[in-house]
Amino acid sequence: MTDTAAQPRHIPDRLHGSLHRTLRSWEALLLLVAVAIFILNSFASPYFLNAWNLSDATFNFTEKAMIAFAMALLIISGEIDLSVASTIALTSTAMGLALQYGAGTPELVVVGLTVGLLCGAFNAVFVTILGLPSIVVTIGTMSLFRGISYIILGDGAFRGYPDSFSWFGQGYVWWVITVEMVLFAIIAIIYGILLHKTNFGRAVYAIGNNSTGALFSGIRVQRVKFMLFLLTGLMSGVAAICLTSRLGSTRPSIAQGMELEVVTMVVLGGVNILGGSGSIPGVVIAAFVMGLVTFGLGLLNVPGIVMSIFIGLLLIGVIAIPRIVAMIANKRSRP
Amino acid sequence: MILRIIPVREFILAAAIFLLLLLISTRHAAFISPSNLANVFNDTAPLMILALGQMVVILTRCIDLSVAANLALTGMVVAMLNVAVPGLPIPLIVMIAISLGAIMGAFNGILVWKLAIPPIVVTLGTMTIFRGIIFLISDGKWINAHEMSESFTAFPRAEIIGLPVLSWVAVVAVAVFGLMMSRTPLGRSIFAVGGNPHAAVYTGINVGKVQFLAFVLSGALAGLTGYLWVARYAVAYVDIAGGFELEVVAACVIGGISIAGGVGTVAGAVLGALFLGVVKNALPVVDISPFWQLAISGSAILIAVAFNARAGKTRGRIILKSAEHTS
Repeated sequence: MTDTAAQPRHIPDRLHGSLHRTLRSWEALLLLVAVAIFILNSFASPYFLNAWNLSDATFNFTEKAMIAFAMALLIISGEIDLSVASTIALTSTAMGLALQYGAGTPELVVVGLTVGLLCGAFNAVFVTILGLPSIVVTIGTMSLFRGISYIILGDGAFRGYPDSFSWFGQGYVWWVITVEMVLFAIIAIIYGILLHKTNFGRAVYAIGNNSTGALFSGIRVQRVKFMLFLLTGLMSGVAAICLTSRLGSTRPSIAQGMELEVVTMVVLGGVNILGGSGSIPGVVIAAFVMGLVTFGLGLLNVPGIVMSIFIGLLLIGVIAIPRIVAMIANKRSRP
Repeated sequence: MILRIIPVREFILAAAIFLLLLLISTRHAAFISPSNLANVFNDTAPLMILALGQMVVILTRCIDLSVAANLALTGMVVAMLNVAVPGLPIPLIVMIAISLGAIMGAFNGILVWKLAIPPIVVTLGTMTIFRGIIFLISDGKWINAHEMSESFTAFPRAEIIGLPVLSWVAVVAVAVFGLMMSRTPLGRSIFAVGGNPHAAVYTGINVGKVQFLAFVLSGALAGLTGYLWVARYAVAYVDIAGGFELEVVAACVIGGISIAGGVGTVAGAVLGALFLGVVKNALPVVDISPFWQLAISGSAILIAVAFNARAGKTRGRIILKSAEHTS
């Protein structure tokens, strides 16, 4: 990642430069969808346009989005991490354990970040050093990490987190601006810069497009991937701190199924699931779209499981519709 | 080369299961009595049937994460059908379950074949959609034993020559898939598509169509299991078999089926399922909390995949060692 400094500022995502423009328009389209949902929601429910309600609604996506940024980089590089929700469970359990030994808020945060990092490192060792496919490894660690939480907690729970710890998930910085929102914004900016403005980010794209080619051009492929798994673990740790602080308790079933929502968010944000292309602004807008949809449907008393139909349709639809349109356009131009 | 490795891999897994059984029997001798082993087999039958379907899908370089949701939706539909029309003959119900499952599989398959959407995205999506549909049609309500007809719930438990029908279905499925994979053009083309899709195209195989058929097979088996599951446990609700898809994938991975496609056997899938089944049934017997099960199956996946990757790594000429590593 140090040898790419001489390259031009922007590497096209594909050999054809037009894809870049499509991506731009993808984000524009997504933004349009977000605005449309916002307007629809404000007509559908009188409770929607309320600063406090909207502030509450951000909890629907802030924690997931923190992980989604790291996941976006990982998916762009051609890997995936399905163990993020289980990492949250294990991290939260570890914090609960630390609490039993009398840890205060600073220690809890340190424990949370460390365990998250360790989980990421564990995945990274299997994928980059042993050279195993990340999807299988992380399906395995998905069971393993949550399994350890179940061994420690059984059907019990850790409670009684200190009052100062609740600041992360329940605190406000100013007026309706929550601590989580600020964290979300800071992390979004950091990842945006990391992916779009640094050599490291360019290496991530290069690996996703052609990892052998990247290796031959002097990128330390395995090291970059190792870092990406570490970052994903770290973000899961941050999300675990926020979630635990918000819920005020730890159960082994915490954040169950969240990995799918994170992947959905990333794919919805225009990141190619096969690697090689995608952007952080896209993921940011996707986070808002998902948050607004969940919040809006919630205000209309639509049960959570029905919302998941929308999320599922959204996931397939955003990929299927452009392809169907392209197919029809192709048939027309070549009868 | 690969053919030489495969029997060894299955042999090691079989030996591991045998050793596990021996170890358990030292703590609790009754565990290896024939009647209990038959129970364990019957308990593992749904996992085994689904693992066969998943194996075919994974062999073609895809993955089907929607099997458990498919199972639950089919189970709910046939249970509601049974409540509405109690007199419906069982063979018809089985046919409906298989067709419904196959249709859902075909939906996955079409998206993968015609729109070339990555299978993991498709089945992640359909997984949540199918679960949501169960809620929509059932209104979140449960269908309990007393609402189902006698013959509906009795079918999977009915005994034929000492084994329940559920076990026999698994045995027949294993036999049919064994024959299909080794003796039919479809079986060969499934291996060909997974082994090298480009070469498969040049030999005249329609890669997308084979993947489509794999999803249909997986869906049909999930549908069949859906009826058997609901009838056996005599209850249908939104969350039945929640998270079961991962157990199914785990059985395949433990059975040595390569997630990269093209490598795997029916025996492997069956043994992988049996391994998980034995562990699940043995934990309470040897006084280990059932809460250990998740961690144990997770570790088993990691060990199996690390082990299998080592066994399969010798093929091909390695020009640049680290480049080979990354691709």
